[in-house]
Order: sequence, then structure tokens, then C-alpha cells
Amino acid sequence: MTYSPHTDQDRQDMLAAIGAGSIAELFADVPEAVRFPELDLPGPLSEMETLRELSELGGANANAQASPIFLGAGAYHHYSPSIVNHMILRGEFLTAYTPYQPEISQGTLQAIFEYQSMVAALTGLEVANASHYDGATSMAEAVIMAVYHGREKRRKVLVSPAIHPQYRAVVRTYTQGMGLTITGDEDPQATIESVAAQLDKDTALLIVQSPNFLGQIEDLGGLAEKVHAAGALLCVAADPISLGLLLPPGHLGADICVGEGQSLGIPLSFGGPYLGFFATRKDYVRKMAGRLVGETQDRNGQRGYVLTLSTREQHIKRERATSNICTNQGLMALAATVYLATLGKHGLRRVAELCWHKSHYAASEIGKLDGYEVDMSKPFFKEFVVRCPRPVEEINRHLYDEHDLIGGYDLGQDYPHLKDHMLLCVTEMNSRDDIEALVEALEHAGE
Amino acid sequence: MTEPLIYDLGRPGRMGVHMPEPDVPLTDIPAELTRDAVDLPEVDQLSVVRHFTRLSKLNYSIDQGLYPLGSCTMKYNPRLNEDTARLAGFAGSHPLQDPELAQGNLALMFQLQEWLKEIGGFEGVTLQPAAGAQGEFTGVLMIRAYHHARGEAGRTKMLIPNSAHGTNPATVTMAGLDVIELPSDARGNIDLDALRGVIEKQGPQIAGLMITNPNTLGLFEEHIEAVVAAVHGCGGLVYGDGANMNAMVGIARPGDLGFDALHYNLHKTFSTPHGGGGPGSGPVGVSDKLVDFMPGPIVGITDEGDEDEPPLYGWVMPKHSIGRLKAFHGNFGMHVRAYTYIRVHGDTGLRANSENAVLNANYLLSKVRHAFTVPYDRVCKHEFVVEGVWHDAPGVHALDVSKRLIDYGYHPPTNYFPLIVHEALMIEPTETETRETLDAFAEALLSIAAEAHEQPDLLRDAPHTAPVARLDEVAAAKQLVLCCRPANLPAVA
Repeated sequence: MTYSPHTDQDRQDMLAAIGAGSIAELFADVPEAVRFPELDLPGPLSEMETLRELSELGGANANAQASPIFLGAGAYHHYSPSIVNHMILRGEFLTAYTPYQPEISQGTLQAIFEYQSMVAALTGLEVANASHYDGATSMAEAVIMAVYHGREKRRKVLVSPAIHPQYRAVVRTYTQGMGLTITGDEDPQATIESVAAQLDKDTALLIVQSPNFLGQIEDLGGLAEKVHAAGALLCVAADPISLGLLLPPGHLGADICVGEGQSLGIPLSFGGPYLGFFATRKDYVRKMAGRLVGETQDRNGQRGYVLTLSTREQHIKRERATSNICTNQGLMALAATVYLATLGKHGLRRVAELCWHKSHYAASEIGKLDGYEVDMSKPFFKEFVVRCPRPVEEINRHLYDEHDLIGGYDLGQDYPHLKDHMLLCVTEMNSRDDIEALVEALEHAGE
Repeated sequence: MTEPLIYDLGRPGRMGVHMPEPDVPLTDIPAELTRDAVDLPEVDQLSVVRHFTRLSKLNYSIDQGLYPLGSCTMKYNPRLNEDTARLAGFAGSHPLQDPELAQGNLALMFQLQEWLKEIGGFEGVTLQPAAGAQGEFTGVLMIRAYHHARGEAGRTKMLIPNSAHGTNPATVTMAGLDVIELPSDARGNIDLDALRGVIEKQGPQIAGLMITNPNTLGLFEEHIEAVVAAVHGCGGLVYGDGANMNAMVGIARPGDLGFDALHYNLHKTFSTPHGGGGPGSGPVGVSDKLVDFMPGPIVGITDEGDEDEPPLYGWVMPKHSIGRLKAFHGNFGMHVRAYTYIRVHGDTGLRANSENAVLNANYLLSKVRHAFTVPYDRVCKHEFVVEGVWHDAPGVHALDVSKRLIDYGYHPPTNYFPLIVHEALMIEPTETETRETLDAFAEALLSIAAEAHEQPDLLRDAPHTAPVARLDEVAAAKQLVLCCRPANLPAVA
């Protein structure tokens, strides 16, 4: 089928109005040798049959709605209040374009303004943009902003090895044409102190993550002073749920805070679409990439919102723009805004505290098992590292096959010194029963 | 009427949803790690629903009416796609779960890769790029890597016609390459002589060409084969901006025309919703030259299977991959929607869509041609460009025409783009609009053209019926109010 409404008669009448003899005539400028190829695609399917096929495909996946999940590592199973999905499904939001015509886009624009306000509050910084594709690309944009802030003279970026490995990979992909040195993470065990020791007059930016990829809350005391003394900027990647409870990067002296906003009401959805948030100080706003909404007035003095500082952007600046970004993650930013408005000041803190208590309960119970050892060397939030008596892959297989549990992340893939170590994640979604089932299952799996 | 900010709707102590009490023993939270509660709204649930419902009503949307925004392909967003993307097996699956426990997702992604290969005539497809702009970036990085691998790192110049989207040159800069802008000829094509001239002088330094076809005038490049041959002839590669692919599915395959890469905008051609500015999805198809440079991992078959066992899908990293463009696997939810769309339409439906998109654009053009200047007036593809000014209606600009369309109940076309047309109005009706809708829209354009001459103030003061009048964008950029609860930070030393 097709959603195009034309009958054969419509087509004939319209062709006559155009003065064309046939549809093919409209394509006479396409080289004949390649015109109208036979496409080897399946034939059309009814809505009903399509839904059945997709249901079968979906049914072939393990998923967090069917099995308790203890896997995080950058994508998290949190509760999304019902109204989040209902609001983003409203056609007025869902089927609108980027708000280029502000007079008939005030809904999207004000929602983004509220989003920017909430992200600034979460991160403890002054301004936030309308979002990037995901946490990883937000981090890459932070690197580019810092390099331009340093007038392209500072060519080095320091990254902690405890940043999400895929985020570091994306930073390297993004900057491969810029001739930068991305360094600091060669030693997978390097501490923040040892990374910071490499600060010099060539350094544009130092990036850390807290809670880091291993769930540990980094001690950032004094770090901003060191970074600023070297003339560089500090970027901290953070989990937005943790910011309901923990000191925000802005209060710790960070110049930029980035992160993955998926936890704020957005489903796991196998990795996307997600939401990259980006906040900074007002001084740097003109170097920041991404869409921005600002408040203003209309001709009658009525308050309204517009996209602003667009002179930074590609459609005006073309090859002189510092980023090619066009869209934000509009609908995902809306989801996060509805989420934060619904949970509010106290609800977000409650979610963060639930994550804290449940993950600590799980860690302490697992720590009692023979053969397992929980790393308690640093405070942690929501995720923690467990040394296992057997390869993580085998344990995870056992957890799923025998106990219908989705186990943790195999850290040995990225950190050789953490072979046989599992990163476990516990959120408000994991009941005490789930946690106790996991502990029991791990005990069996370890035997 | 303005809608209050959500922050101004609540009272201390209110909540929109209650989270449960902890069901586990509590663990102390060290005070030195914690902050005061975040300054977020405190609003009851019904007030949240009403706030966002009222906000939504301040928006124009495809669901409300024609949205003829050129180059954006604002076609109907089927609701079936929303339902399939929300199936628990998709929406609840974790990107890092064991591939063997995600075979449904991997099968879907593999099939979508195969279909997009077939539709574009390509050797490989990566689904990772999150949007069209990221697809372009992917393409340019691959072209750069290709030349580096052949020991030709001196190829640093990318040819871009002056009709191109701003993302093209911005992308080239991001990739560390330089732009050479090409002029257009009198019929709206790339100026072939100018292209050959540049190649003659700078051939060995040319990395490639970025081209949109049909171009942003809505016109098929009449010399496309010669253009591609000239670029290939000097050792360059051809990148296609697939923003206008909605005119081409089943009509001509970019790969057959010699393109080495092209990004698809799933949010244009394949109907995934624009969502007020994203999320998009920008898969890239490539020729055999670039297949080893694709970002990864992509989905491959890791075990062929047999009569009894289905094939096993897994993650495969291309041999000389440029790396990873985003965390995880791309905007998977958009892959599900595009898969659904392709499955519903099949081969015949997809071609019919492109035919009808082009039919609708030409039909609309035929209805308004006499009242507007059409700078490049030939058979168009899925969109066309007219000038929004008249020499005998001084003081009226394309922007005024656009704003007046709002009063008639339509979203304006794309304004002031492409840059090579004076006061451009770029109009793309898409295939999902009825003839009656096009007729009514044409009437509105004609009526506005008359008003421009007879009552120009009606245009200049428009819109008269929108929730707000024209907004002061200069003041917005000067005073910069970007959030309602700014933090107080010490000044930067």
C-alpha cells in the first residue's frame, strides 16, 4: 500500500493540467540507462501483516520489560512516567519541523527553553543548548568548542581512561581531520591525578566522567583550579539521574558538562534515539555548537521564544561554522522536559536515592558471595565493579538461560586489567526480589 | 495568550508522580558528595499534562495541514511506525546485550541495510549516523580516509556547488578539508565548464565532490554523468547529499549514476517523524571503494545457518573503519520506523511515492507559475523554487509571503534558500497530499500574490492569526535570555 491518496484518475487529470503525457515524461532528464531500475525488494504488505512481522522480530529479543536487567554502561533502564510517552506522541510535537517559523512554533520553542533551564539547573551551569545526538557526540562537540576557545593554538585534549570507551572512540573519530592529540587514556588504570599531571600550555581541554564508566564518583576537588591554572577548560561528563543527588559539575568548577540524557524518560531502544545534553558558562556561549532558544518579545510586546545566535550555525556560516549540526534531538529533549517536570525537585532526588540504596544493597550482598569481590575503593552511584570467579560471558549466559536475568557488562572487553570483572547496574526498576534473585543466581553461576 | 513557564505553575511540595519508598536497607550517603535538591518545577500531574497540551497547540504540524517546507520532505508520518518502534522487544532492548539475545534487532538492521543498498545501488550501508549532517560527516571522513590509505593525503579540497545546503561546507571544515565552491549554470545545473576548469588546475588536490541530486532547486542535474566522470577522472570521489532522495526511489539509483556515497534521511524519504527538530537518522550507502572505511560496527551474518537454523547475526567492524560516530548503533528506533515504512510500501509503493511526489510538485508549479517568477523554469522533481518578490510590489519580501501563508492556515515554504535564488521560496508538497489540498494551497499563493500588489501591509504585518506576532530576533541575540533560572557562578579567571 501507499499513503499517497491519488487514484489513477487523479494522476491523469493532474498530468493533463501540467501538460505532460505520462509520469515517465516527468523523468525525461534522468539518463535512460539507469532510469526506472527493477528494485529487488519485497512486495507491499498490509498494516496488519506488517505489525505481525515486526512483533515477531521484536519477540526474538531479550528485553528489560520481560526480564530484570542489571546492564547499564551508558544506557539505563529507568521508570518513565506514563505521561511522557503520551505527550511526545501528540502530533503537534511529533510531526512539526525545527522551529524556523517561530510564530507557529511556540510550543516547541518554549519546551526547549524549559529544557535548557532544567539542564542548567541540573548541571549547575549557566546555559545549556537544545541538545546533541547523544552523550558521546556532546563530548566531541565539547572538544571542538574548547579547541576553538583556545583559538586553535592549543592542540591537546586529555581524557581520563575511566570515560565511557565508546565516548572516547567518538571523540577520536570526530577529530581525526583536525590534527589534535587526544591522550591521557593510554594507561587504562591512569587516575585523574596522573592525567591532570599532563596539563600544559598546549592543552585545550581535560575531560573526566563522574560517576565514571565504572560507576565510581571521582574526587574532583581542586581539579578545576589545576586545569584553569594551565589555561585549559574542564569538561565533566555526568549521569543526569546522579545529578539529582550529587554535587553538580558547575559547582565543582567545570566549564562544560555533557552527558547522556536517555535516563530522563527515554526508552533503551537498543541504543537510540537518545539525547546529548550540553551545558556551559555564559562566557562560552558564542563558541558552543547546537541549537539555542532565547526569550524575546513580539511586535505587541508579548513574550515569545526564537532560535537565537544562529549566526554560529552552518546554514549562515557555511564553511566557517565550527559544527555542521543541524537538528537537535527535539522530541527526546521534550521527553526529558516532561520527565523532569513530572518528577520535579523531590521526585528526581527520590529516584537518585533509590538508585543509591538499591545498588549499595546489591553490592553488599554480592560481596558476601564466595568467589566474588566488589570494588569498594571509591564511592559509587548506580553501578559497581564485581570480580567474578568465571568469565563474565559464561556467567551472563547462565543468568539468562537459567534465571531469566540480563547480567552486567564485561569490562575485560575494554580494560585488560579488568578481565573477569563485571559492571553491574541497579536502578529504581530493580525490586528487592530482583536483586535477591540476582545474588542467588550469581552464587549458582559461580559454582 | 502566552503560556506560563512550567516553573511558574507549581507550589512547593507538589509532585507529578510518586516514586516508591526504598524496599532495601538504606546505605548512608556521604554528605560531602551531595547537593541541595535541584531547582526543578513542583507541579501536579494534571497541570503538567495541561501545560504541554497547551504548548502543543501553539505549534503547526503535518497533522494539522500542508507543510510545504522545501528540502525537508514533510510527508505524513504513519502512526503504525510509532507502534512498531514501541513494541517491548525493541523499546526495551539494551544496546549492549549479548547479540545472541538481540537477534530480532540485528535481523531488522541487517535487512534495512540490504534494502538501502538495493534502493541506492550500493555495496554497503552503515546505519550508525544519527542525522543527515552526521551522514555527510561520515561520508567526507570516509573519502578522506580512502585517499590517505592510497597515499594521497594531499587531496584536501572538496568541490561544492553554490546551491548546496550549509551543512555540506560546514562538514568539510569539520573533517579538516577545504571547500571549493562551484557556480551553477543558467539552467540550474552545476556549471560543467567551471567544474572542468577547476579540475584541470587542481585535479591532484581534489578529494571529491558533494552533490545534491535533484539539487536544491528541485532540478535533476542534466549533466550528472559528465559531472561524475570528470570528478572520477581526476581521482576524486562523489558524495551525494540524499536530502532529496524522495524524488528518486525506484527512479534512479545514485550508485548506478556513479556516486561513491550517499546519506539517506530516514526522517525525510522514509517518513520517520521530525519531532520538532529531531531525532533524525542518516544511514550512508557506499560503493566498493569505501566499503572498508565505513563506521562500525555494522550488522553482518556471523553464521550462515542452514535448513534448520536461521542465520546468526552479529557485529562486524569494517577493515579500515573510520571509527565510531556515536555511542551504540545509531538511532535504532528510527530504523524500526523506516523498516516498517519500506515493508508496507514494497517495491511498487516506494516508486509510486517518488512518482507522486514529483507529480504533486509539478502540478502545484503549473498552478502558480503565472503569478511568480520561476528563475529556473523546467520540469521539476519533488520541489520547486520561486521568487517571493515582484518588481511592481516594492517593499514586499519572500519572508512576508511566508508569514502571510500562516494566516491562510499553512506552514510557510523554506525561505531564502537556496542562496543562488533572489528571495527564494522553496516549495515541496510531498506525495501524501491530495489534489484538493494542492488546489487550495495554490489559491492561497495566488491570493497572496494579488495582496502583495494591492494591500502590501497585509503581508508586511503578517501573521495576524498566529499565537504571537513577528518576534524580535535581534533583541533575543543581544540580550540572551537562555534559561529562566540562571545559576550564579563566579566569573572565569
